[in-house]
Amino acid sequence: MKIAIDHDGCIGSGECVLAAPEVFDQDDDGIVTLVGSDEVDGHDEAIRSAAHACPARIISLS
Amino acid sequence: MTHLVEADLPSYPMARQCPYDPPPAMSELRSSRPVTRVKIWDGTSPWLVTRYEDVRDVLADPRFSADFRHPGYPGSSPAVKASRDVSPWFVNIDDPEHARYRRMLTAEFAVKRVAGYRPMIESAVEELLDAMADMPQPVDLVQAFALALPSIVVCEVMGIPYGDRGLWQEHSRVLFDVDSTPEQGAHADAELRSYLAQQLEEKKLNPGDDLLSRLAQRYIANGELTPVDGAAMALLLLVAGHETTANMIGMGTMMLLDHPDQAAEVRDGDEKTVQSAVEELLRILTVVHGGRRRVATEAVELGGVQIQAGDGVIASEPAANRDPEQYDDPDELDIHRSDNHHLAFGFGVHRCLGQPLARLELQIAYPALLRRFPDLALAVPTDQMTYRDSMIVYGVDEIPVSWGGRG
Ligand code: HEM
Repeated sequence: MKIAIDHDGCIGSGECVLAAPEVFDQDDDGIVTLVGSDEVDGHDEAIRSAAHACPARIISLS
Repeated sequence: MTHLVEADLPSYPMARQCPYDPPPAMSELRSSRPVTRVKIWDGTSPWLVTRYEDVRDVLADPRFSADFRHPGYPGSSPAVKASRDVSPWFVNIDDPEHARYRRMLTAEFAVKRVAGYRPMIESAVEELLDAMADMPQPVDLVQAFALALPSIVVCEVMGIPYGDRGLWQEHSRVLFDVDSTPEQGAHADAELRSYLAQQLEEKKLNPGDDLLSRLAQRYIANGELTPVDGAAMALLLLVAGHETTANMIGMGTMMLLDHPDQAAEVRDGDEKTVQSAVEELLRILTVVHGGRRRVATEAVELGGVQIQAGDGVIASEPAANRDPEQYDDPDELDIHRSDNHHLAFGFGVHRCLGQPLARLELQIAYPALLRRFPDLALAVPTDQMTYRDSMIVYGVDEIPVSWGGRG
């Protein structure tokens, strides 16, 4: 799955980190980062859950 | 949709019938008129939004403003209105200004950062439970544990002395009571702000390893944050940080005691069970129960209804969190419910900043309490307790409990 993130819109809620800790993390300012690349193999369900949970709706998947 | 004349509009908030459930009249609206006008205390008639998807759409849409200075903003009460007129909290400011304030704090509440508070929270819990075990029964769980824990934690995180709580717990309660007069609200607000401004001033001279010291050093010292706005920020953290979690601990414990099988699973369960139990209690209780207040800055169509620019909107999380289109058996407590995605912490850019901390406190508090007092029971039936219908955060005044000989 390919993940696109609008970092400027991140509010640091941490919902994505809770839903898919293998894929999402927070930087020193609490803003979303990806653990690996933006093309992820597997974890589909957790990634979808993270995108749905994001209160700022800044995670899009393709 | 049938046209309603002014006089027929339902008044909001509606009355609850059972302390655990949202008002039945509101649930009824969710199926019959999911976006509908209601009448509120100041005589205005904002839209009430009750479906899960619609509530999320309102809260995530920048065309709905959280700025109470807007004429159409549907305020919660005269006291809340009076207090927020002073210097607005960032919960009532829109982006991009809101984001500028919020970003000064996001590092403080990052998930892994907050996990570092675990030992502090665990030792606070153990101390409170030790003290409680020595008290003559019945004990008021609210004072002994539910309110004390989040108060200690928010003090530790912010770096203010817990011994000063006499200076802020009562003012904070007045601020959150919709029945307070504007004068009471303004007074409580002014007292809280001056206390916190003084704390920030002291941090400038004597910094410690705490949130307020970092705010003072990183943002107030260089002028990015004025002392007045810094005090407003501290006020928001203090009041948002303790009443909310306190009422979740209190009401959540009551609800678990009403469901002994699920309580046993929380007591003896693994981390995953405890985590999903906490999410489920947050969903079913939704203690911040008054609905998020917003105002449309443009015309928006929502659920087949045309909302005009300037119209007030109340997006009800308690109603959304019981939406049968989103949740199977929404009125049943099911601690194993997966993919909960409840809205008890709100949604959109104002989503609760303290949620990782609140979750951690609850995940530690419920099992520790149930393990320490395996025979914990309510000493008074729930229908004889006094519920806080008039508070911004729903809860109960006193929860007398006993636990027999074991504890
Ligand atoms: C179970 C406990 C809690 C519940 C149910 C809760 C609920 C909420 C809700 C519903 C909002 C959204 C307000 C809106 O959209 O208008 C919110 C915002 C907020 N909460 Fe919490 N909260 C809890 C605990 C905490 C704690 C422990 C803290 C901090 C120590 C905190 C700090 C905040 C802040 C700063 C905001 C404003 C965020 C913003 O406007 O960007 N909360 N909370």
